[in-house]
Amino acid sequence: MQFNKTTSINMHNSNNVSAVMLRVLLALLPGTLIYAYFFGWNILLNITIACITAVISEALMLYLRKRPIKPYMKDYSAILTACLLALALPTLAPWWLIVIATLFAIIIAKHLYGGLGYNPFNPAMVGYVVVMISFPQYMTQWLIPHNGLDLMQTLQLQLWGITPESIILDSITSATPIDSIKTGLSLQRPITEIGQSPLFGTLGGIGWEWITTGFFAGGLWLIYKRTIGWQIPVAMLSTIAAMSLVFNFISPELYAGPLLHLFNGGTVLAAFFIATDPVSASTTPKGRIIYAIGIGLLTYIIRTWGGYPDGIAFAVLLMNMAVPTIDYYTQPRIFGANR
Amino acid sequence: MSEAIKKITKDGFWTNNPALVQLLGLCPLLAVTSTFINGLGLGIATTLTLVGSNVIVSMIRNLVRSEIRIPVYVLIIASLVTIIELILNAYFHPLYKTLGIFIPLIVTNCSIIGRAESFASKHSVRHSFVDGLSMGLGFTAVLILLGGLREIIGMGTLFAQADLMFGEAAKGLSITFIDDYPGFLLAVLPPGAFIGLGMIIAAKNVIDRRATQRAKTLVSMTPATEISQAQ
Repeated sequence: MQFNKTTSINMHNSNNVSAVMLRVLLALLPGTLIYAYFFGWNILLNITIACITAVISEALMLYLRKRPIKPYMKDYSAILTACLLALALPTLAPWWLIVIATLFAIIIAKHLYGGLGYNPFNPAMVGYVVVMISFPQYMTQWLIPHNGLDLMQTLQLQLWGITPESIILDSITSATPIDSIKTGLSLQRPITEIGQSPLFGTLGGIGWEWITTGFFAGGLWLIYKRTIGWQIPVAMLSTIAAMSLVFNFISPELYAGPLLHLFNGGTVLAAFFIATDPVSASTTPKGRIIYAIGIGLLTYIIRTWGGYPDGIAFAVLLMNMAVPTIDYYTQPRIFGANR
Repeated sequence: MSEAIKKITKDGFWTNNPALVQLLGLCPLLAVTSTFINGLGLGIATTLTLVGSNVIVSMIRNLVRSEIRIPVYVLIIASLVTIIELILNAYFHPLYKTLGIFIPLIVTNCSIIGRAESFASKHSVRHSFVDGLSMGLGFTAVLILLGGLREIIGMGTLFAQADLMFGEAAKGLSITFIDDYPGFLLAVLPPGAFIGLGMIIAAKNVIDRRATQRAKTLVSMTPATEISQAQ
């Protein structure tokens, strides 16, 4: 008779690092495919560039740090960072911008702090912020949905910076919905009028509402699979919804409503995939709620009154900094210990 | 050159470099090194102060009671910095304006009072002079290295605004590496200073570690007889 050698039979979900990372990558798939459907080849190209850079720099850093390369590469964490980064960056970002962002994310934000599990800051967001503050002029180049670029034209535009003949760059690029609200408001136009522009669909920007739905579905699946806790997405999204509801109620002319805030600018992507990064997020249940509320508040504040187009990256990094303190004060009571 | 002076010089430039090992005076180091010329300007000002304060403190080291030594040092350093500030204002006015508050702040640069307290107050005038000079030049070397790196990466130029320091004739010194370089703003902003300094310190540590390892292997590879003979 043969017995299977198993340990801890009560642990039934195999939550090792590569399984978790693979599941998160799988959950990103629907949103990414919808993204590609609306905006064309660019996003797939961006993801490829980011992934290649991430794999090479990860291998290089592992080699320099004298770690075994193969087992560490198999945890897919570098690929996940690269995908999140590519999804966050503008569709028309030049290739070197993506390379710089990924290099910073993997080399400085991840490996110089000690590698996976030791990084206090979310690597993808560090990479994003680096290029955001260094090259603001390239961070506003977004394609319009259904721009009609084919693969060859995309490659030309992205890799060599040549605008294909028969295409006028200005006619296929535009600001993101969040950006256009900001510029519209600075021109003293009311939100209701800005929302009439062809950029906006029923819920958010055209295309963006469906991409967001895709990420939302992937995120729900992750919660169902217990890969991420419910606390961070729920607390972050409801904070942003509540803030925008209150201000929209006070003055609908000046403040965009909750739908615009939730369905634009990667709010959902950040809530389910970025803020929930198990390494840099808070680890206690109560702490996660505080951490996510903080991200929601800061995102809303930076978006509405700040100078940068979208505040999620800054909000996540600022709250990453607060995580040790939050964790310290929200440790759950040990069973049997004094209250 | 005697052994002691050699050691003092090496301390200032490498083993005990104020910017890379003692990590003193980081505030001006990080704040003004956005270009090569700014770094050089502040480096020279700091070196002059350091040499002057070391020499004066060393001269009066037996006259000042130890209870009041710190205020006396601060007075000496402050007077020297005031002199340098006035000179810069008179002869290098544009540079004076770019360096701004960081010239008067040399008074609070910990590496200067640190040298006065830990070296000049215990050593002869000659040694203190050499110490001040080598510490100051070691600090300047790091300032211009960091300033140069940040300038090249951040703006794609080197020796820009050299005319601030060397007059109109030096305008041609400025080198542009890449035409219409988009500019890597992060390197010019404060985070670039921190990351850059961190990288330089890491590089120094690597060089040091390699050197010790090489020394070790050299010893182990030398036949035992030679070692005993040498002893």
